[in-house]
Amino acid sequence: MLTLAIFGMLAAVLVTAATGVIVSRNPVHAAMWLVLTFATSAVLWLLLEAEFLAIILVLVYVGAVMVLFLFVVMMLDVNATVAREGFTRYAALGSVIAAIVVGELLALLWLRSSGLPITRPLAGMPDGHSNTREIGLELFGGHVFEFELAAFLLLLAIVAAIMLTHRQRPGLKYQDVSAQVKVRREDRVRLVKMAAERDE
Amino acid sequence: MIAWLNEFLGFLPDPLRIIAVITAQIVPLVIVLILCVAFLTYFERKVIGYMQNRIGPNRVGPRGWFQPFADVIKLLVKEVVVPSKANRFLFLVAPLLSIVPALATWAVMPLFPGYAIANIDAALLYILALTALSIYGVILAGWASNSKYAFLGAMRSTAQMLAYEIAMGFALVGVLMAGGSLNLGVITEAQSGGILSWFWLPLFPLFIVYFISGVAETNRAPFDVAEGESEIVAGFHVEYSGVAFAIFFLAEYANMILIAGLTAVMFFGGWHSFFAGSWFAFLDGTPLAFLREPSLAWLCVKIAFFLFCFLWSRATFPRYRYDQIMRLGWKVFIPVTLVWIMVEGVMLVAGVGPWRT
Repeated sequence: MLTLAIFGMLAAVLVTAATGVIVSRNPVHAAMWLVLTFATSAVLWLLLEAEFLAIILVLVYVGAVMVLFLFVVMMLDVNATVAREGFTRYAALGSVIAAIVVGELLALLWLRSSGLPITRPLAGMPDGHSNTREIGLELFGGHVFEFELAAFLLLLAIVAAIMLTHRQRPGLKYQDVSAQVKVRREDRVRLVKMAAERDE
Repeated sequence: MIAWLNEFLGFLPDPLRIIAVITAQIVPLVIVLILCVAFLTYFERKVIGYMQNRIGPNRVGPRGWFQPFADVIKLLVKEVVVPSKANRFLFLVAPLLSIVPALATWAVMPLFPGYAIANIDAALLYILALTALSIYGVILAGWASNSKYAFLGAMRSTAQMLAYEIAMGFALVGVLMAGGSLNLGVITEAQSGGILSWFWLPLFPLFIVYFISGVAETNRAPFDVAEGESEIVAGFHVEYSGVAFAIFFLAEYANMILIAGLTAVMFFGGWHSFFAGSWFAFLDGTPLAFLREPSLAWLCVKIAFFLFCFLWSRATFPRYRYDQIMRLGWKVFIPVTLVWIMVEGVMLVAGVGPWRT
């Protein structure tokens, strides 16, 4: 009963937030609505006892991806009216995609009520069951090859991103930090001994 | 205690009772935390005062003890000025976004043996996720103020927090490998024994990296370029006044207490006693035997020590230059943590070291 009430509340927030992403005129507001959407869906996952996935959703999407989104949106100063110019041109294509998505969701609802074996409700896990541990065992046990493959791909992406951005521009002035850090007093200061001058 | 609460509130229907029991645990903790923040500001001014050969606040109440209350009342009665071209909603929400993660993280903190408000298995991940959330307060405050200084401060601070979060995350990986769990209570249990079986010794590089990253993450001196009075006035909260500013202030100090608490729990044995090891076995049977018991007091002592370190470093070090902060985060701390995780992994596989669980 409590679960149902919480679910209803969160679902309402989720739908409002998702609508906010589309309708808000200010791109920063849209990004913040998207943050709220992610956070709410994370809590919905918590209701399904998927605490690991829920926290990872917050950590990765809210904590990292959306911060970069916000950065870009704030720095670029997107002009909303220009971005909206193509609305009528893409309206037809957009509505087709929207119709497909709605159709798929309806199909999902139909599947759930059809009583096929995949639609059985999730079994509640006994107390002391650790979702995090299970995912770890699954990832590093049965799927270690795929996991390593994904890790390798990500590493490649990092190297590529650094290669693309870390080019040497001619005429760029920058400080050699390690040389600065290595500097000792003897390199900069020369102590001079001299006799005191006296006017007598 | 929880059982007693459950019994005491037994007349309530189930959902209400659960909410009431949880609230009854949260409210005292939050009140204590806010009082700690208030007196931490006093403590900071006194400590730095004495380090600089002054006496610090001494006018309000005996020895200046009521100074924090005077400050709080002053901030509460001041007007909250919203700049005319500011984004009003985000401007007012930003301080809340920075205080909420700082307080919410305390839910998983193991306060004394067998107790945390939420004893969850993914506690370390939860901490990482909430630390990541605290960036929003800063970045939104900077943007919504519609001021160049605030925006520059927010940009600096965000880049700095993102950079040091990675090092912190890797340090936590080392801790979870050593403790064999993501649950902070279990991690503390794994450090039972004397001072030498706490994780600061086997994980010494990670401990150093974690604590320094914590200082950087809270934007405290010597990493406080986000405020940089000499360049950008006060950084992201330059346009804030009154209560809105007070909340940022509260969040900064709550974050300091949090980092000190997490360092104590993960590297200094949390609620374990200093005298727990076999070296102090002679205390058994004497009236001092209670010193060997694990308790909340030990956690508080450790937190106080790390808070002192925060203030100490503020009084001691000059502010870092921005590019050197970035260099330290990306080119020094991340490689150090990666190497130590490798070393630790090898030692775990080989069965060397004190952390075999």
